[in-house]
Amino acid sequence: MSALFVLIGISILVAGGFLAAFLWSVNKGQFDDDYTPSIRMLFDDELKKTTTSTIPKTINQTK
Amino acid sequence: MRRLFYFKNNQFINNSKSIPVNCFHCGDVCDDTSILIEDNHFCCQGCKQVYLLLNENNLCNYYDLDKTPGLKAKGKFLAERFAYLDDEATMQKLIRFQSAAQINVSFSIPQMHCSSCIYLLENLHRIEPGVKQSQVNFQLKEVFIVFNPQETTLRKVVELLAFIGYEPYISLQDTTVKKASTFNRRQIYKIGVAGFCFSNIMMLSFPEYFSSGNIDESILKQTFNWINLALSVPVLFFSAADIFIAAWKGLRQRFLNIDAPIALAIVVTFARSYYEIIGGHGAGYLDSGTGIVFFMLIGRWFQNKTYDSFSFDRDYRSYFPLGVTVVEHGAEKNIPVTQLQKTNRIIVRNEEMIPADAVLMKGTANIDYSFVSGENTAVEKRKGDLIYAGGKQMGSIIELEIIKEPSQSYITQLWNNDIFVNKKNEDKSYIHPWSRYFTMALLSIAAGTFIFWSIVDASKILPAVTSVLIVACPCSLLLSATFTYGNMLRIFGRNKLYLKNASVIEALAKINTVVFDKTGTLTQTNAAAVNYEGQPLSVRQMAIIKTVTRQSSHPLSKIIAASIHAGTDSLLTVNSFKEYTGKGFDAMVEDMPVRMGSAGFIKADAFITQDTGTSVHVVMDKVHLGKFSVKNQYRAGVAEMVTDIKEHNSHLYVLSGDNDSENTNLKKIFGDNTPLRFNQSPQQKLDFIKSLQQQGSNVLMLGDGLNDAGALMQSQVGIAVSENSAQFSPASDAILDGTKVSLLHHFIGYAKAGKKIVTASFILSILYNIVGLSFAVQGILSPMVAAILMPASSISIVLFVSLYSSFVAHNKGL
Repeated sequence: MSALFVLIGISILVAGGFLAAFLWSVNKGQFDDDYTPSIRMLFDDELKKTTTSTIPKTINQTK
Repeated sequence: MRRLFYFKNNQFINNSKSIPVNCFHCGDVCDDTSILIEDNHFCCQGCKQVYLLLNENNLCNYYDLDKTPGLKAKGKFLAERFAYLDDEATMQKLIRFQSAAQINVSFSIPQMHCSSCIYLLENLHRIEPGVKQSQVNFQLKEVFIVFNPQETTLRKVVELLAFIGYEPYISLQDTTVKKASTFNRRQIYKIGVAGFCFSNIMMLSFPEYFSSGNIDESILKQTFNWINLALSVPVLFFSAADIFIAAWKGLRQRFLNIDAPIALAIVVTFARSYYEIIGGHGAGYLDSGTGIVFFMLIGRWFQNKTYDSFSFDRDYRSYFPLGVTVVEHGAEKNIPVTQLQKTNRIIVRNEEMIPADAVLMKGTANIDYSFVSGENTAVEKRKGDLIYAGGKQMGSIIELEIIKEPSQSYITQLWNNDIFVNKKNEDKSYIHPWSRYFTMALLSIAAGTFIFWSIVDASKILPAVTSVLIVACPCSLLLSATFTYGNMLRIFGRNKLYLKNASVIEALAKINTVVFDKTGTLTQTNAAAVNYEGQPLSVRQMAIIKTVTRQSSHPLSKIIAASIHAGTDSLLTVNSFKEYTGKGFDAMVEDMPVRMGSAGFIKADAFITQDTGTSVHVVMDKVHLGKFSVKNQYRAGVAEMVTDIKEHNSHLYVLSGDNDSENTNLKKIFGDNTPLRFNQSPQQKLDFIKSLQQQGSNVLMLGDGLNDAGALMQSQVGIAVSENSAQFSPASDAILDGTKVSLLHHFIGYAKAGKKIVTASFILSILYNIVGLSFAVQGILSPMVAAILMPASSISIVLFVSLYSSFVAHNKGL
């Protein structure tokens, strides 16, 4: 039965680790906005496209 | 921006052959189909300019994410508009962080409405390289911008935002958002800690449940109990702290609020558990105790999830410009509006607001008071005329002399009224009397248990009495109210009625008198119906009328011009044009003399008596052809809503700041027995509401303009009607989207139903309490029974009220 003491200790440590991770993420503002990031990721494809074609961009800006 | 038109002559409609073309940028119908780039039509040069800018910077993805995402461009604004942002003191108030290489600033942009908006705002750096980073928080409708002060300036960033249609809302008052988010975070910490401790205590209590307290290895049992004790400490002192503080505050004001019995139950639960564990008598009820706290916190968080992007407490200062241009000894200078004094000479440009009551000194003023009164026709003023604060200049630059300081002006005087100083008494929620009865009943049961056991078996006094207090925790009572209202707030929000907080639902349920403002509330702000009466017009005559009315800058002319769909290609040449301010104009169109204007101007004596200022007569070749009348367009479904409210025994009133020209139309909707009051000043509106309240009425007021602000504040429930929920509305208890005004009777009905839902769930939770108490008074409440009963009652009540309130909403068509 003494193994239980060790296991309980580990289980609480692990759970405490998750709690700490949760508190950290709240503190970092990860829960402040739960809508915009879901939209933002849709723009990623477009960003890659334009970084590869930088030449017309500079031409346009001189206009 | 839609305009609706009704014509008596069918020929108007027959002539509009062309299918309406929508602007590629903003989606408005294009009157002029000549502005186009690569098959994309634009309604105006402003929208085209924005498109060109985005196109140059490879940002046309903006138009792919959503169809016609753009905000109608207001065209080029005058460069001085944002001049006040160059002022160092003003800048410091807006900037969050500053160093030599970067400035961080956060803007509120209420116009953002779709994913395209997020895309464009987060790609600002591609248009303006000085911007290093821009990040949107869509729910708060905020954009956080980091820019390099060496490459660009705050003013330039704001000008860019305004140019692409996202003019930030800048107010030096609104600096509370930051505080709100840290407050929310604290709430989430507390929930997280309580949840962690509760679930671990629950897990460590399982051996206790299954062995009914007879664990062979007592050392194991002891250890588990001590771990539980350690885990419960943060719940008691951190998570539950708010409950104790609220209860203490209530007691100090000699008021037994709902938190008092909860705090008592928590204290008793924890005290008895600690006593049992430390003394080695048993396991206590820490699982139930932490569970109570956890569920309570979740309930409150659910209810307090309100509309962050709305502001319900704006006063006039949030609407007025921050900076103003003063002329002193011939030189122009920008000063903050707070420093404005009597006898200052100021300059007001196109689309700028008049910051204080003033006299016109130079130029022709065309003042749009729509912001103050909701009336959408501009008023012309001449030199020497008095102009009230809150009006917007439309047209050329004018020079004014201030006669009253901003805080003493006609419209702002309302805010000096007591109701704005002493905020409305938060009506005592009706769960409070319930909680008082409940607490008294509970205490008497506890006393009865004490007396009974002190006679029968003195050793059972303490366990039995404490069990009564533990099991009868009124948290399910509180949960039923918080979850019902939380769900109702969500359902109201889905129907575009945004309530300030849950107590508004209770106030709404008690309403027996409804007062409407006319303009902007019952009528649509941006729609006008144009009627033509008289001799039928030929196609050529219509083309002439369209041609000449396009020349005039008067708002009525603009409305008439837009109403004639004769096509822009049929425009004729104007040989001469002379406008008489406020009266009408004379013109010569291809040898045809045309005179249009008010009845007095064209000397149509027969019409003068019935002229209400919204008719334009047409005389061509000295023959009176007929008149155009421009009327307010009532919202669809208003009549049904009014009938329904009347059937439910509510009294109705209409208060209007306008003249009584709409009397007959309003009578048609409201019937003969509804009092209609016209020419009401903001103060009269407020006083009228006050007099209704003195007669014992619970008043609901619907209004939109700043002139309703006092009445909205005075009434039990003040609902600000907004054409566009992104727009600013006066201080109120709720904000309602203009298109949903006709649902008002459903909203009131649903609020009334909410009371029934809460009462039903009260009865349910009392049944649970009876079951629990029957164990408790006998002194046989085992931790196992408590552990099952507590969460089961909480969860089943939450499910019951959520499902029931959604079901009722569905039935009511919300």
